[in-house]
Amino acid sequence: MSIALYRIDDRLIHGQVVVGWGQPLDSAFIVLVDDEVRGSEWEQDLYRMGVPPQIEVVFASVEEAAERLPVWEADARVGILLVGDIDTAAALAARSDRVKRFNVGGIHHRAGRTERLRFVYLTDAEAAKLRELAARGVEVTAQDVPTARAVPLGEFT
Amino acid sequence: MSEPLRGVIVSHSAVAQALVSAVAAIAGVDGVLVPVSNEGCDGAALAERLREAVGRGPAVLFVDLPGGSCLTSSLRYAKQHADIAVVTGVNLAMLLDFVFHRDVPPAEAARRAADAGGKAIRVTAA
Repeated sequence: MSIALYRIDDRLIHGQVVVGWGQPLDSAFIVLVDDEVRGSEWEQDLYRMGVPPQIEVVFASVEEAAERLPVWEADARVGILLVGDIDTAAALAARSDRVKRFNVGGIHHRAGRTERLRFVYLTDAEAAKLRELAARGVEVTAQDVPTARAVPLGEFT
Repeated sequence: MSEPLRGVIVSHSAVAQALVSAVAAIAGVDGVLVPVSNEGCDGAALAERLREAVGRGPAVLFVDLPGGSCLTSSLRYAKQHADIAVVTGVNLAMLLDFVFHRDVPPAEAARRAADAGGKAIRVTAA
């Protein structure tokens, strides 16, 4: 079944991912792509705490993720791939043409960002990066939970 | 202990605020519990809300779920600050016990609260 959801979410592993998406997708593994978390056992333990034991959690750097994507895509189980920001999504897509879509699931308010959707705040530069991602052939939509509408990129950038 | 413990409830949506209101209604105790919601927050924003809620004193952080953004932010905060303990699975029973037993170190208060909260979970006959 492979990776059913490629998601940008600044909270990484949290309830909306594990329960909101994980349950209906019957997800068996989560790949968390983040160079900083990959280098910290403590951070990895922290994120594992939020995941039921039957779900495998894989921590990968961007480089590792680009290399292992074919393996995860060939996995018979259903997986979710998470990144915490647009730069990481863009870096992964630049290293692997297997990345065909990204769901913007949660990018929250910070100084300089403006509200695009209730759960998406972007600077103009971040919006431009998402458009660049789309121009490279990656389908970008925004959707916080499966029951919501997938909002096309053009409606929030 | 130079000052009594503060309780900070860290939750999704408005759960924390509702629990603070319920404790005030039942126990008549105000100003001991502070609600923090993760609504609209990334990790950095939630950390700032925690910092403001805890203030300078010792505190117990009561988190709604044993995983997720509320817990990860709380544990990061506790790792960086002394005199902070973290309890997950917050419920009304543990908070009602906590507000009357705050003259102890955070870790001890957290254990006591967890015990009180756990004892309140029962399957009862109709």
